[in-house]
Amino acid sequence: MSGSESFISIRDVSKHFGPVRAVDQVSFDIKRGEFFSLLGPSGCGKTTLLRMLAGFEVPTKGELFIDGQAMSTVPPNARPTNMVFQNYAIFPHLDVRGNIAYGLRKARLPKAELDATVDQALEMIKLPGYGSRRADQLSGGQRQRVALARALVRRPKVLLLDEPLGALDKKLREEMQLELRQIQQTVGITFVFVTHDQEEALTMSDRIAVMSKGKVLQIDDATRLYEAPTCREVADFIGTMNFFDGAVATVENGHAAVDAGPLGTLWVGTGEHALGPRAPVTVAIRPEKVQIGWDRPDQPYNVVEGRIGAEAYLGDRSHYYVEVPGLARRVAVAYQNMARSLDNSSDQGRTVWLSWPPDSAILLPGA
Amino acid sequence: MSKAARGDPLFVYAIVYLIFLYGPVLLLPLFSFNDSIYIAFPLKGFTFEWYRQMVQNGSLMDALQNSVKLGIVVAAISTGLGIFAAKAVTRYDLPGKGPITGLIMLPLVVPSIILGIALLVIARKFLDIQLSLYTIGAGHVLICVPFAMLVLVSRLEGFDRNLEEASFDLGESGWSTFWRVTFPLALPGIVASLLLCFTISFDEFVLAFFLAGNETTLPIFIFSQLRFPNRLPGVLALGSCILVFSFLIVTLSEWLRRRGVQPTKQGAAI
Amino acid sequence: MVSATDKATVDRSERSTLLSRVRGVFLRHEALRGYLLLSPTLLVMLGMMIVPLTALIILSFWTQDYFELDRTFTLANYAAIFALAEGPIDLLADPFGAFANPIYLALLLKSIEMSLSATIAVVLLAYPMAYFLAFRVTKNKLVWLILITVPFWTSYLLRVFAWKVILGYNGVINSGLMSLGLIDKPLEFLLYNPASVTITLAHAWAAFAILPIYVSLEKIDRSLLEAATDLGDGPVRRFFRVTLPLSMPGTIAATLLVFIPTVGDYVTPTLVGGTSGIMIGNIIQSLFGKANNAPLGAAVSITSMLIITLLVCAFLWLVGYGRMRRQGT
Ligand SMILES: Nc1ncnc2c1ncn2[C@@H]1O[C@H](COP(=O)(O)OP(=O)(O)OP(=O)(O)O)[C@@H](O)[C@H]1O
Ligand SMILES: [Mg+2]
Repeated sequence: MSGSESFISIRDVSKHFGPVRAVDQVSFDIKRGEFFSLLGPSGCGKTTLLRMLAGFEVPTKGELFIDGQAMSTVPPNARPTNMVFQNYAIFPHLDVRGNIAYGLRKARLPKAELDATVDQALEMIKLPGYGSRRADQLSGGQRQRVALARALVRRPKVLLLDEPLGALDKKLREEMQLELRQIQQTVGITFVFVTHDQEEALTMSDRIAVMSKGKVLQIDDATRLYEAPTCREVADFIGTMNFFDGAVATVENGHAAVDAGPLGTLWVGTGEHALGPRAPVTVAIRPEKVQIGWDRPDQPYNVVEGRIGAEAYLGDRSHYYVEVPGLARRVAVAYQNMARSLDNSSDQGRTVWLSWPPDSAILLPGA
Repeated sequence: MSKAARGDPLFVYAIVYLIFLYGPVLLLPLFSFNDSIYIAFPLKGFTFEWYRQMVQNGSLMDALQNSVKLGIVVAAISTGLGIFAAKAVTRYDLPGKGPITGLIMLPLVVPSIILGIALLVIARKFLDIQLSLYTIGAGHVLICVPFAMLVLVSRLEGFDRNLEEASFDLGESGWSTFWRVTFPLALPGIVASLLLCFTISFDEFVLAFFLAGNETTLPIFIFSQLRFPNRLPGVLALGSCILVFSFLIVTLSEWLRRRGVQPTKQGAAI
Repeated sequence: MVSATDKATVDRSERSTLLSRVRGVFLRHEALRGYLLLSPTLLVMLGMMIVPLTALIILSFWTQDYFELDRTFTLANYAAIFALAEGPIDLLADPFGAFANPIYLALLLKSIEMSLSATIAVVLLAYPMAYFLAFRVTKNKLVWLILITVPFWTSYLLRVFAWKVILGYNGVINSGLMSLGLIDKPLEFLLYNPASVTITLAHAWAAFAILPIYVSLEKIDRSLLEAATDLGDGPVRRFFRVTLPLSMPGTIAATLLVFIPTVGDYVTPTLVGGTSGIMIGNIIQSLFGKANNAPLGAAVSITSMLIITLLVCAFLWLVGYGRMRRQGT
């Protein structure tokens, strides 16, 4: 497997439904064998993009390539893709075996071989002996596995999954996440996975495309999306983030001094951005990267004084929402509850000091 | 029905309503066994005479044969057309879907006498087509297609269109998807539509009356008998048979098409 | 020079690109595939309904000259229907005085009146039944629905005939009352009058009204009713403030589904109407039959349809049906 090869290529693709731009001029590549996720809030166009790959929607503009072949004149039944539908679409008039064997008719396998393939598939999805069950006799998780097996027995080049775990409860979902990932690694097929659950996307994917309003905002692996978002929307959508608006004052060897109004001057690493003075910017910092203390820390910059406005106990950690004079939004701070304590007296109203090292914060262009 | 419901005035009303609905019709079988050529109380005695006469009536049997032939062909054609139209309407985003559906449903609200004379006019005054069972058939297809479409639309709406997409996705063409997925899932609806169209055609009088040539259908035969008071008992016997037969077919088709489809769906009810 | 085989391959490749072009067009345009699928049905409907109705309209502008059809365009038939009288007329005292020969219009008006009374009776009787089906029946709903629907599909002719048997001079009622000794001479007023037509129509079309009303009642979200109760409405107020307004679209549909076809009914007035109970359908039939004046018959049909359509539109506008539908669901 050559990792860098572009396997699916999406070129300037748009899909309009009347006035709605469900997908708006999207271009990116997916590599062979990759577990690729499309992540975004509801209605951002994930399903539409996936259905264009499957061939159920035709792009209004642009072209899709799979394995070097243009897809615009290829009907869905001739594409090297298979899909796991959001509601699984298990044929209610066929049993599990019938469902799994459905797509093998064209292959004209001898009966014995067909049976063996289906048995193998049942084995893979851990449902041996369920062959003669009907769709309405299966649980949600079992249906999901049957839908997966039905698609995989056709050995597609690309497997498309539309929120396949959305209908499952949390526990089962986590189990299936692991299993899906394992299956993907064994069969080595490119997976394009749609989800609106960021945790799911972060844990499973090689790379993730974050979408919003029909556009792709950023494509990166989980770490980079979390630690180095390139725009405010991504930073806001993935995890929790505090934002401070300001303007660049000076830039010195990789660090910028940002004039952040009520917070004074904040120092932050510039990353890849080349910014001139006076450029409007946003300084972003994750709650767990902010240190909180009762006393003023011994640090010359990035120090903020505030008052605890609210707190939330989350078990492994607590969140403090700190009111800072001059800031409209409270600053969220995560505090790891390392020592066991039954003391639940409130710290509300107490004055605290927040601080962070310059490289923990992220500089985002634009305010 | 719980005990409480029985005391409910609405329940009483419903029972009275059903009696009103069925009572008049049930008089036909009642008098068909009455040993008198007058349809009047008091009942005279029990007889099978009228049924015996019915079976021996040659022109009746001809009419019956015509009606059955007609019904089968009309049911097949209307249901076929209904499937195409229902599939198009439920599965595709069609601009102008509303007016098109309205056009197909139009025969439901045009008095059939007007449809009848319109077809008569085009056949006789414009095209010089001889009236025959075919012209009746054309008229019957016209009024059956809306019903076939209603039944099939509600059936197709009753199952997920993802199923058909899944079939495409698994490599089947449109044609084989139809046979492997759409058809088996729509089958109860298709059978219901066939049965319903058959009964509509079998019982239809007005269009047949205007469009009949030399060969008559059963309703026309019955109508022609109504003028002769001494033939009425025979009509009662025939009518009773038709009622029982229609009742069975319609019950079967209603049961088929309502099974598994939510009765709340708009199309399912009519 | 191009050899024959070369030409063949050129042809084939041209054809195949054309084919794939066509296929591409169909893939791209979903609507096109839909229309293709719809076209047989549409063609049948056009060929067997729109074309004949157009023919009927054309015919209505011709005239019958004994055995010959005079194909010159003329408004004579419509003039005969709407023939205006001369001189001043008091419209209030005599709305049809404006027309010299108003038999067709008068008969149409009478038909409308009869089928309107039948329709009102049908809808009023059907509503409680539909309400019962939608809100009270919990078990065996399917059985109830089938019981209600089945009579509607079974032979219309026979259902009407049953009323002839019931109301006739020697019929069930008369013979029954006589054998009970309540009367000693058959009642003659039972059959062959507008009332008998109205009763028969009301019975024959009863089932058609229940279903649309039932559907609109069934669709009402039960939590709306709970909300109304929660906000202080008793059962009666709740019915008039929530249930009835929300079921109006179905009730209106039921009204139209019964009213429009019954105006033009032929079977019922023929069998139980006698001379005083005839309706516009009988006139149309006789103009096409015995009277042998098809063009006038066509004109009467077209006029009836137009007037019915106008009435229906006026009715829908009056009750604000469009607004109701936009609100609904
Ligand atoms: N067939 C259609 N006709 C019209 N608009 C559509 C159609 N399909 C999708 N849309 C619109 O396109 C936009 C994107 O829809 P899409 O289904 O791709 O969203 P999504 O990201 O999958 O959302 P979700 O997470 O809720 O499934 C939405 O605004 C939706 O309303
Ligand atoms: Mg979606």
